[in-house]
Amino acid sequence: MDTPKIEIALTVNGVRHDIAVAPWETLLDVLRERLHLTGSKKGCDQGQCGACTVLVDGERINSCLALVVSRDGAAITTVEGLAEGGELHPLQAAFIEHDAFQCGYCTPGQLCSGVALLHEGRVHTREDIRELMSGNLCRCGAYTNIADAIETVLDRQNAGREAAE
Amino acid sequence: METANIHHIGNPTNRVDGRLKVTGAARYAAEHEASGLLHGVIVSATVAAGRVVSLETERALSVPGVVEIFTHENRGSGAWLDRNWKDEVAPPGHPFRPLHSDRILFAGQPIALVVAETLEAARDAASLVTAAYEVEQHCTELEVKRSEAYEPPEKRSGIPPPPEPRGKPEDAFERARHRIAADYRIRAEHHNPMELFATTCVYEGKDKLTIYEKTQGSQNSQGYVASVFGLKTKNVRVINHYVGGAFGSALRPQQQLFFAVMASLELKRSVRVVLTRSQMFYIGYRPETRHAISMAADNEGRLTSIIHGAVAATSHYEDYQESIVNWSGMMYHCDNVKLSYGLAKLNTATPCDMRAPGAAVGVTAFECAVDELAHEAGIDPLEFRKRNFATLDENMGKQFTSKALSACYHQGAARIGWERRSAEPGAVRDGHELVGLGMATGMWEAFLMKASAEAKLTPDGRLQVSTAASDIGTGTWTILAQIGADALGLPVEDVTPMIGDSSLPASPVEGGSWTAASNGSAVLAACEAIKQTLFKHARKMANSPLTAASFDEVVFLSGRIALRTDPDRGLSLPEVMHASDLDEIRGSGKAAPKLLQMRKYVSYTHSAVFTEVRVDRDIGIVRIPKIVCAVAAGKIINPKTARSQILGGVVMGIGMALHEEAMTDHRLGKIMNHNLAEYHVPAHADIADIEVIFVDEQDEKVSPLGVKGLGEIGIVGTAAAVANAIFSATGKRVRDFPITLDKIIR
Repeated sequence: MDTPKIEIALTVNGVRHDIAVAPWETLLDVLRERLHLTGSKKGCDQGQCGACTVLVDGERINSCLALVVSRDGAAITTVEGLAEGGELHPLQAAFIEHDAFQCGYCTPGQLCSGVALLHEGRVHTREDIRELMSGNLCRCGAYTNIADAIETVLDRQNAGREAAE
Repeated sequence: METANIHHIGNPTNRVDGRLKVTGAARYAAEHEASGLLHGVIVSATVAAGRVVSLETERALSVPGVVEIFTHENRGSGAWLDRNWKDEVAPPGHPFRPLHSDRILFAGQPIALVVAETLEAARDAASLVTAAYEVEQHCTELEVKRSEAYEPPEKRSGIPPPPEPRGKPEDAFERARHRIAADYRIRAEHHNPMELFATTCVYEGKDKLTIYEKTQGSQNSQGYVASVFGLKTKNVRVINHYVGGAFGSALRPQQQLFFAVMASLELKRSVRVVLTRSQMFYIGYRPETRHAISMAADNEGRLTSIIHGAVAATSHYEDYQESIVNWSGMMYHCDNVKLSYGLAKLNTATPCDMRAPGAAVGVTAFECAVDELAHEAGIDPLEFRKRNFATLDENMGKQFTSKALSACYHQGAARIGWERRSAEPGAVRDGHELVGLGMATGMWEAFLMKASAEAKLTPDGRLQVSTAASDIGTGTWTILAQIGADALGLPVEDVTPMIGDSSLPASPVEGGSWTAASNGSAVLAACEAIKQTLFKHARKMANSPLTAASFDEVVFLSGRIALRTDPDRGLSLPEVMHASDLDEIRGSGKAAPKLLQMRKYVSYTHSAVFTEVRVDRDIGIVRIPKIVCAVAAGKIINPKTARSQILGGVVMGIGMALHEEAMTDHRLGKIMNHNLAEYHVPAHADIADIEVIFVDEQDEKVSPLGVKGLGEIGIVGTAAAVANAIFSATGKRVRDFPITLDKIIR
């Protein structure tokens, strides 16, 4: 019995991929094993750690819980797509400056989650950052530095917005 | 002209591997490609003791894409002798051999490996393998086996057994004015690094393998593979450039390494094996410990008796050991001390070193007991500790190479606002919360291990430093670049560190907080050799400004070798190499423990942890708004990455205090919460403000760099400080870790 395959299209970091997938393949496994975009990490494969967080049409999701067939036509951004040209996303630069990671394994998920958070408009306090980032575990314990990095970029973003107004 | 002496040691340099890690370019063990790569998925035993009677693999074999299923009946043959299975850090006993026989020693033990062309096929097929067992009686409960605890007959290398008793601790206890006796329990914990354990074994032709492996020691894994499978060491190359956390769990080769290599050799193809998160709960773990502690003090609050007995779990096949009780005999001055340590065998995998093994639990129990005794004596717990300050290691009768603990007490207390602490527990309320302050002392040995390094300078002014060390998030890549840059006076960007590869100069496993001191000192020595060579050639050059100088009279800075007293007079490093017609200069260096010095001295890092907690009056929820961890660890190479090490230790200590425990269903011998939703590791919302202080501590004896190491010390004492703060807030003494809210409101 051959595996039934379904043709889908994914735009990942601006590049379109036409692929045939089995109905049980997850978005995470397709990114890692088929497209060789291993930046998105597998830490639990159960939607419990957040290491696989990617942006799908701008929203952060756990890619290990998404069956890829259900994302036909989606625009996906992974950690590999956050920088523009050689220029790091401000949050990537802030992560380096604030030492917001140690082993680096949860980092792609923290970054994708954090980038989404910057645009969600839900953060008013540092406690909000902590609460809204709690789906992304970091066993190295870089939480305070991650919060510092996000806070720095948010402050800059808000200052920029105020200046524009 | 630039003459400022730029010191790289002591700079908060950003991680040199930072860009790779924030762009997703750093590749971990499961992320390396190989043509025709096969995927292996392990099938785990569902009983805790007995025999596999039969394995049903037909349905699994019929899944399209399945290549082979290995069981104990058709596995590749490994070495016969026990000693061939012993890795560098193996405890005494019989190392576990996957698929060795039909015997089941613990639940979760691998019973088969399914290998398929795709991950999905292997995973699907693995779910179709079923086993029939002849079940035997098992025990996974330490309390049941506690009475059968035994002193391990063979000592684990590097782990000192408890010292002989001193004085008359029992008599002193009976006579004492103030005394406490209490039992403490610290539940089993799991490392849970974020990266799943993985090995990608690339088959390079007959008996030749390149292995991308999650390990804290590439050469430990290399030696294991060569020895178990009878391969030549030079034909086995293990690479671990990036390791997604480990905390001790990757010190020893784990199951997936054996399986990937065995399948690869049998099938003559490249194979990747990744454990599931659930399976990671059935490899090494921090064993549950029980502590019986009694202590006494005189009228002035001076310790007169310390008795600490601990029992820890181990497996049926190895005597895993830690130094758990020894700390209790050396943290404070006391003439009457008795320490003991026993093991009890359970049907689990062998425990495995986890961040500050031994100290993390022993010091937690002991420092809670110290707090209890201080309270009993009516003395402030910080003052009590100061009164009992140990100026010697009284276990060994040796001096400390340095001990800036008083500065830790002083600065930590100032930052938490210790003067706010009420002597009366449960007295401070703020709205709906009870507020308390607690503290504890921490301690960890500063090791200097044997390590080797090489350095290479090229005429373009670039330096390469190499040693087979690992960076498990610790900052090794970065500090080695800083050490090289500092030695030769080069910009950090011009130094290329090379680690994470078994083909590099010999290194111990990355553990015990010894990497910075050991590999760092070896790199320093290799750079010193290059400096000597450069100096020799520079002196000989025509019109050299250094002709009359001795080596002591020159400095290396800003890419030049120059006179210390007149840095304008010197030569650029490329200039020296070109003039001497050198394509490269190589140096090698070593580090090793100073055995002579060790007869008289011991070296330890020290810390003082201060915590504020807030406990909900009705429902017992504990919040930790602030923790201060003041650390005396000798020289700090990189304050930024060093601080992160302490933050990580403190966070894991908070986990020990409030969250982390493996919950076993003892009827089945299986862990119930074998996932990251139910085994709670601290999350963003649990962690508020953590302040790290490095107090000034000069130590020229501890290591050539003056470095002591930081990987463990952050966790030591943290859980006790939290528990003591909870007592201060509530008056409730919870002696069973983690301190979940049910224990507070009970």
